[in-house]
Amino acid sequence: MFDLSPQEWTAVALSLRIALVATLVSLPFGIAVATVLARKEFWGKSLLDAVVHLPLVLPPVVTGYLLLITFGRKAPIGAFLADHFGIVFSFRWTGAALACGVMAFPLMVRAIRLSVEAIDRRLEDAAATLGARPAWGFLTVTLPLAMPGIIVGAMLAFARALGEFGATITFVSNIPGETQTISAAIYTLTQVPGGDAAALKLVVVAIVISLAALMASEWLARRATARLHGA
Amino acid sequence: MLSVDVEKQLGDFALQAAFEAAGGATALFGASGAGKTSLINMIAGLLTPDRGRIVLDGETLFDRAARIDVPAWRRRVGCVFQEGRLFPHLSVKANLDYGRWMGGHAADAKAFAAVVDLLDIGRLLERRPGKLSGGERQRVAVGRALLMQPRLLLLDEPLASLDAVRKADILPYLERLRDAARVPIIYVSHNPLEVRRIATRVVMLANGKVTAVGGADLLDAVPVDMLA
Repeated sequence: MFDLSPQEWTAVALSLRIALVATLVSLPFGIAVATVLARKEFWGKSLLDAVVHLPLVLPPVVTGYLLLITFGRKAPIGAFLADHFGIVFSFRWTGAALACGVMAFPLMVRAIRLSVEAIDRRLEDAAATLGARPAWGFLTVTLPLAMPGIIVGAMLAFARALGEFGATITFVSNIPGETQTISAAIYTLTQVPGGDAAALKLVVVAIVISLAALMASEWLARRATARLHGA
Repeated sequence: MLSVDVEKQLGDFALQAAFEAAGGATALFGASGAGKTSLINMIAGLLTPDRGRIVLDGETLFDRAARIDVPAWRRRVGCVFQEGRLFPHLSVKANLDYGRWMGGHAADAKAFAAVVDLLDIGRLLERRPGKLSGGERQRVAVGRALLMQPRLLLLDEPLASLDAVRKADILPYLERLRDAARVPIIYVSHNPLEVRRIATRVVMLANGKVTAVGGADLLDAVPVDMLA
C-alpha cells in the first residue's frame, strides 16, 4: 500500500513541512489576535474579526489570487520583502506555507479565542494585585490556562494546512519538489491516464495523517487540561 | 495610613465615599450592594474612580485632578478575594511565591516559613488549589497576599463563601494575622460577628456612602435583621 514513488514521498514530506511551518509561524499571530479579540474592546473590532474569518468563506482561489497580487515577486509587498529581506514567496514552498497559514488562520484563532474567553479575568486581576505587569500576567496566567485551546487551535490549523489546495495552487502553482503537496499531487495524478492507483495511495496517506493529527490534538488537549488541574 | 476620597457612578448606583484608615484592622461594614467591593477594587487599582484621591503612606495612588493613576501591579496592595482566586495551574507553593517572583525579590525562606506557619498550610504546599477545601483555599490566598510584602492588605469578604463551621475554623487565623503582621488591614464584611472579632475600627457603608466611622461599638446600633 505504501510503496510510493520518490516523487510521491517528496510530496508527502513537503506537505508535512509546509503545514508545520505554516502552523508554527502563524501561532504567535494567532494567539495575539485571539487574545485581542477576546479581551479588548476597540473601534474596528468587528472589522478585524471579519477580516480574520474571510479566508474561511472566500473561495480559496480568491485568497490565492489576493496573495499573488500582494506577495508575488512583482507585487509591492512581495518585491519589498524580496529586495530587503531576501524572502521570496512566489513559486516557492514558503509561499505554499504562507497560503496554508492564511487559510488555516481563522480556525486557529477561533479555538484559541474561545479558550481565552473562558478564562476568569479576575485571575488576571489577582495577578496584577500581586505585582504582575500585564505582559507577565499574560505569560504566567492567561497563556498557561489557554494552553488546551492553543493546542487544539494549532492542530486544527495543521490539519487544515495539510489539506489546503485552492489558494496554494493559485499562488505558487504545482511544482514537483517545491510546491507540490499531497493535494496537488493527487490532483495531478487524477489528470493523467492510469494515475488512479497512485492517487488512491496518496488519498490513504492524506486520511492517515489527518486522522492522526486530529487524534493527537484531542489527546494533547485532554492531557493539558488534566495537567492544569493537577491530575 | 490610607486616605480615600472617591466617587464613582456604576449604572444607577452612585458611590461617594471618604474615609481614612491607620494601622490595625479597619472594617468596611455594610449590607451587600453598599459598594464595599467597588471601594476595595478602587484601592487595589482594579477599578478607576470617576473623581477623587487615594493616598497610601504619603504616596498618591490615584488623583483624578493631577492625572495620577498608579497601576494595580505597582501599588503593592495585597488582596484576598471572596473566592480566593488562586491560580489553578500552579501548586500552592507556586501560588505563595507568585508575588515575590513578580516583584523580582530573592527567596526569603524565613518569611516564607513564618507565613506558612502562621496560616498552618505547610502540608498543602505541593497540592493544586483544586484539591483544597474552601477554608484551606482562603488561608493560602491570605498567605499569597502576605508574601508579596504589601503595604496594605485588603480582605474582601474572605469568609463569605464558607459555611459556619469553616468560618469558625479560619477566624482565629485572621486574628493571628492581625496581631502578627505589621500591615494595616481593610476587612470588608457584612457580618457583624466577624467584624467584632477582627476589626478595631469600623467604617459603615450604606448605599454607596459612609454613614458612620468609629469603634466596634458602632455595631451595637446595627438593626437586628442584619445580624445574619
